[in-house]
Amino acid sequence: MKSAIIVFPGSNCDGDCFHVLSEVLGQPAEYVFHKEKFSAGDFDLIVLPGGFSYGDYLRAGAIARFSPAMESVLKAAERGKLILGICNGFQILLEAGLLPGAMMKNRDLKFHCHDVYLKVGTADSPFTNLYLPGEVVKMPVAHGQGNYYADEDTIERLKSENRIAFYYSDEKGRVTEKANPNGSAANIAGILNEGRNVLGMMPHPERCAEEILGNADGKKLFKSILEYLEGRSKIGKIGRS
Amino acid sequence: MGRLEEAKKLGLTEEEYNLIVRTLGREPNDVELGMYSVMWSEHCSYKNSRPLLKKFPTKAPHVLQGPGENAGIVDIGDDLAVVLKIESHNHPSAVEPYQGAATGVGGIIRDIFAMGARPIALLDSLRFGELDDPRVKYLFGGVVSGIADYGNCMGIPTVGGEAYFNDVYKDNPLVNAMCVGIIRRDEIIRGKAQGVGNSVMLVGAATGRDGIHGASFASEELSEESESRRPSVQVGDPFMEKLLLEACLELLKEKWVVGIQDLGAAGLTSACAETAARAGSGIELDVALVPRRETEMTPYEVMLSESQERMLIIVEKGHEEDVKRIFEKWDLFAVKIGEVTGDGMLRVLENGKTVAEIPAKSLAEGAPVIKRKGRKPAYLERQDLDCSKIRMPENLGDVLLKLLGSPNIASKAWIYQQYDHTVRTDTVVRPGSDAAVLRVKGTKKGIALTTDCNGLYCYLDPYEGGKQAVAEAARNLAVTGAKPLAITDCLNFGSPEDPEVYYQFEKCIDGIAEAARFLEIPVVSGNVSFYNESSERKIFPTPVIGMVGLLEDVSKHCTLAFKKPGDLVVLLGVNTEELGASEYLRVIFGIEGGRPPRVDLDREKRLLILCLKAIRQGLLNSAHDVSEGGLAVAIAESCIAGNLGFKGKIRSDIRPDALLFGECQSRIVASLSEDKLPALMEVAREAGVEVTVLGRVVLEHFLIEVKDSRGGSKRIELSLGEMAEAWSKSLERKVEG
Repeated sequence: MKSAIIVFPGSNCDGDCFHVLSEVLGQPAEYVFHKEKFSAGDFDLIVLPGGFSYGDYLRAGAIARFSPAMESVLKAAERGKLILGICNGFQILLEAGLLPGAMMKNRDLKFHCHDVYLKVGTADSPFTNLYLPGEVVKMPVAHGQGNYYADEDTIERLKSENRIAFYYSDEKGRVTEKANPNGSAANIAGILNEGRNVLGMMPHPERCAEEILGNADGKKLFKSILEYLEGRSKIGKIGRS
Repeated sequence: MGRLEEAKKLGLTEEEYNLIVRTLGREPNDVELGMYSVMWSEHCSYKNSRPLLKKFPTKAPHVLQGPGENAGIVDIGDDLAVVLKIESHNHPSAVEPYQGAATGVGGIIRDIFAMGARPIALLDSLRFGELDDPRVKYLFGGVVSGIADYGNCMGIPTVGGEAYFNDVYKDNPLVNAMCVGIIRRDEIIRGKAQGVGNSVMLVGAATGRDGIHGASFASEELSEESESRRPSVQVGDPFMEKLLLEACLELLKEKWVVGIQDLGAAGLTSACAETAARAGSGIELDVALVPRRETEMTPYEVMLSESQERMLIIVEKGHEEDVKRIFEKWDLFAVKIGEVTGDGMLRVLENGKTVAEIPAKSLAEGAPVIKRKGRKPAYLERQDLDCSKIRMPENLGDVLLKLLGSPNIASKAWIYQQYDHTVRTDTVVRPGSDAAVLRVKGTKKGIALTTDCNGLYCYLDPYEGGKQAVAEAARNLAVTGAKPLAITDCLNFGSPEDPEVYYQFEKCIDGIAEAARFLEIPVVSGNVSFYNESSERKIFPTPVIGMVGLLEDVSKHCTLAFKKPGDLVVLLGVNTEELGASEYLRVIFGIEGGRPPRVDLDREKRLLILCLKAIRQGLLNSAHDVSEGGLAVAIAESCIAGNLGFKGKIRSDIRPDALLFGECQSRIVASLSEDKLPALMEVAREAGVEVTVLGRVVLEHFLIEVKDSRGGSKRIELSLGEMAEAWSKSLERKVEG
């Protein structure tokens, strides 16, 4: 499993993703600078890390999507390569049109950094196959613009196609208004594209993948990807490849 | 207007002006006068404080860089070193809280990467007036957002700090930002302009008119006119700084980089004068080469601008294009503006024509020291408070709830949840503990970080207050299992021209120096901020101590939270009857008085040794420093953090409110499994520290009974829920209510 981590100007979780992939999972990983195009064939996973690409100027992710590297990401997505966007990476995926919907400022207009509980919406994806559907996991969030919005039809479609990967929930897995940290529609914390090869999520699995940090719930997400790519996952192959 | 009059208008004294004339052998021109006025301001020259700062112990085998550089550096083994520095941005924050605080954070980050280090953590020590005042709320909200937006965008976690509220800070809040970095020992770089003919380059943001005379603004009292100083406050762009950080760290790997210096207070003037003075060389530069974002700027404006996100880089001649290549990658410019000379002069040209010519050493180090004499303030002569006249409240449970809800004690989650404190995936112990703990990737080690100061203690007894700030910081590190390594200090005071303030300053320094020497923790960097006062009020003397400690094995760190029902809860240390200067007297009786608690440094040292040993041996399940609010608050905080209760009985003849809420020093509340008690007792006997069993951790009830030898008793009985509610929601209600 070879990963590319795209470095945009202002990315600041690129090093964290690199650390988890290379040190915790022991898999090869490379940084790809936003000015470079790359060949999708060289990588199995492409990570769009968190941070403040272009300082969040204009709108989070709005400028980064025009990077040369994003052209390669779009092509890779089309070819069925796995693409993981975390936090600002999720925002860029939305701006690039690889996932439906948009991000608004958090409901209370404040930056939120704390742990949240997430209910796993689907285990039927390359990113979540080691979780159980409905399992409750804990992950940190750290964002100012994580208030996910999509129109009702889109939300209905995401639900009916089983594309909501994570919901903000309470400790018991109840998806309640109180457990929603930012006002996201339907408590959505992460979604998949139609082909299930692109995942965007606001919480940070890379920040909770080691016991020393007090929580390793996020490690399963990266291990799911490895299981999938090595053909061991229960979900088999998705879409075209 | 005569030259002298003009000099005075810029804040220089007649004596200083005459010295300038003697140094130059002629009258200074406008540009030169401007440059002198900022460099010889208190903010840049430390002319009021230098002799006293010499009292600090600054040397130890592990100190790689002491005071005098952009930041201090200590060795942590494994070929790694930790870089640390704290700085104030009080006056800008009083006028423009958002930008003031943001640029404070930006400045301190640049100090760290100017040493070649990767910044890994931020802490913020804040002081405001009481939150029921609408302007205070505005200042507080603005400062917190300013810190959040800058630090978050940089991807540097804000892992700790403090927030105190007291009317004395109403007009003049304190915003002290600390940054910590990590570096390989062999990659340390210093701010020196060495080697005649080497190139001096300016990189980062373009230069504008913002922040001109910011350093002078920081060196005067706040007044009605301060509002008009808004243009003296710089404007920050964290995105630009993030690019600058990455570009500089990439650059600093190159062997041909000679020196680097942040452009902070006094901008280009200071950066050039300091780098040249440190190397004993000179610099000649042409302001026409400086990239600008405004047209028609004069040499005066270019030399004094405090535009943010700029660095001065000195590289070996011939490598200018290499520098440009790296900065272009990050979409930043890098321009050669001049070169290092051998004549010791800072020579400023405009299109080849000399517009200023001053010896660099005179600018950077030549400000005449002002010897001042302190006078013991009158209030210290008549401060004795007879605590026996204070009647004890009937319901001590209510007292505990009130204390838990006091913003000075209550949860600061409203603040730190707006700061990204988990980015970089090193944060092992998050904010809200005694100290933050970070792992050091690639090693088994960890570092612990804290900032501490109780301004009221320092006001009521400057010497003891200074001592206490150091002892408290060391204790906060020790309860995590970290051995204290080094101090960076931010000394916030009123006007040094006031003999009573000067007395406070001198005594606080004596106290800090004494404690630092006794506990063997060197001071490696710091900052002095004077003139923190308005016509209405002076701040408490507030010497904030930032401290870094080392854990050899980060997996053995300890936290304050109770862990297991059935565990024994013990007190390490001794209770004495000291009620003075307590949060209890302040909150319940509205009294800010009495003698603050004394620190017996010998006792403190033994306690630190015991705590570190016990944690290293894995004896303790939790450890928490007893500070504001005393023993009852400390136990309650361990309960709330662990979501567990406590049941205990304390026998003592100290009056119950002093026992429960007094703030006597050198005490730690710890919990442990019962079978470890003999081993703890043994370690404690060796260290010479008393250990008393207070009670046990239980599921959810909170009960403390106090009995004296005459058969008298008092009790506090509360539910965990009501304590948690009082503690966790209070600050949010005050700010948003």
